[in-house]
Amino acid sequence: MDILLGPLWDTLFSPFAEFAFMRRALVATLALSLSAAPLGVFLTLRRMSLLGDALSHAVLPGVAIGFMVSGLSLTAMALGGVLAGLLVAGIAGAVSRFTTLKEDASLAAIYLVALALGVTLIAGHGTQLDLLHILFGSALGVDASGLLLVAGVATASVLALALMYRGLVLETFDPVFMAAHRSGLPAWVWQQGFLMLVVLNLVAGFQTLGTLMAVGLMMLPAVSARLWHDTLPAQLLNASAQAALAGVAGLLLSYHFDTPSGPTIIGCAGVLYAASLLLAPGGWLPRWWGTTHRVA
Amino acid sequence: MNRPENTAGATTPAITLHNLTVSYRRHPALHHVSGHFARGALTAIIGPNGAGKSTLLKSLARLVPVAPHARITHALGERLAYLPQHSELDRSFPLGVRDCVLMGLWAQTSAWGSATAPMLARVDAALEAVGLQGFEHRTVGTLSSGQLQRALFARLLVQDAQTILLDEPFNAVDSQTTAALLALVRQWHRQGRTVIAVLHDDAQVREYFPHTLLLARECIAWGPTAEVLTDPNLQRARAMAEAWDETAAICDIDGQVNGQDFDTLLAQRLASTA
Repeated sequence: MDILLGPLWDTLFSPFAEFAFMRRALVATLALSLSAAPLGVFLTLRRMSLLGDALSHAVLPGVAIGFMVSGLSLTAMALGGVLAGLLVAGIAGAVSRFTTLKEDASLAAIYLVALALGVTLIAGHGTQLDLLHILFGSALGVDASGLLLVAGVATASVLALALMYRGLVLETFDPVFMAAHRSGLPAWVWQQGFLMLVVLNLVAGFQTLGTLMAVGLMMLPAVSARLWHDTLPAQLLNASAQAALAGVAGLLLSYHFDTPSGPTIIGCAGVLYAASLLLAPGGWLPRWWGTTHRVA
Repeated sequence: MNRPENTAGATTPAITLHNLTVSYRRHPALHHVSGHFARGALTAIIGPNGAGKSTLLKSLARLVPVAPHARITHALGERLAYLPQHSELDRSFPLGVRDCVLMGLWAQTSAWGSATAPMLARVDAALEAVGLQGFEHRTVGTLSSGQLQRALFARLLVQDAQTILLDEPFNAVDSQTTAALLALVRQWHRQGRTVIAVLHDDAQVREYFPHTLLLARECIAWGPTAEVLTDPNLQRARAMAEAWDETAAICDIDGQVNGQDFDTLLAQRLASTA
């Protein structure tokens, strides 16, 4: 048995058993899988798949200002990022409500300005290396306070999503119906609350995976999950499971082959996406297999 | 079913329009429309394309801003249900048919209340009344456009609103479904609800709708259908909008109608869950 289990243990478990930084990276990635991937499913349902990308750039000036004020302090950078992201999301929402522009168009305009501002700030006050670290992060560099931030955000985000689930689902399905309804909270509350959760998760992810990679963990499993199931709860669970699987596999691969952790995790999610495209009920191959049909 | 038939020209207004103007980029889609929808009236809104029919319904549902001098007065405490043109819905959304109809009870359940057994009975009765029994656990994505429209009518049934606004409810719907849905509309009328529907089919309006508002950005005529749908009026409306759609086909009305009505079905279900 030891001959069989020995290599298996060495490959799958000993990296986590031996190294604290691997354990912290694992917990951070799993926490993000739980909270960020379901948000990605909602983004695809709202036809805002690229919004995560835009918002992840929009948090940059806030992170940069946080960095300028208190150096490489995680709290300051995270706080700055959250504030910048909320500001951009809020402005975009207000612009779409009070002008004829649609939300995606106003967001595209505002995030580009924010990104330019962020790059300017970083170029003026730091080195190229800092920018790379913020954009691409390093899961293996998560410290105890970073872990607390990620776990705290994930917990709050999962609870908040559970609280606003019904309102968000119905507002996504039929925004006109919800807007025409006079009772209860105004419909824009769901949209803005949801965008806040997206911003929070992106900021929590920028430390672990980098802002760009955080979007990957949010969107890739979500897109694949939609190919597998017809019902929303199943899609949400599937997205989280795929994100967690990609996270564990990506960390192990990056440990054994000495590759950067963030891109490796996203690469694994990409492999799962390719497999889903081929094998899932909504994918390519079942169209060729499914030649028989029921009578009704 | 046994409530008295609402007579034409009923006196209390459900919705009153004062000088209603709605503009998109300063081009008026509706221009100084005044008048009132009587409580319990069954009114068709017809007019050429771009006449502002949908805009009128949206402003009644308070979904578009109206001009500063314009005013819409709703009767006090009147609940309102609005069914937009269904091209605006995402048909691939992973939502169950039952959940979609349950949306009609949003005023009661809101975001956190639970859906009780009587509520679910109400939903299932509504689904049966529109002929969608057996579809409860399907998702809306698997419905045809006619079936989806039936489901949305079930949602209206469940909503139990005093005023019901329908925007081209019979578009892209076959004649059998049209007949079934028209039967529901007439039942709402018998129950004394105010129903306002944007329609294209003149023959259908003449046959089923006692009141008509002929719109071509301005109000051309408003009153009993026979007095509104006259050739001079229709020609005026046509002249006021260049793109007049002449092709609206006359539907075959004598399709199957579900024999039992919503109230009976609901009573049965409530009795069985009690």
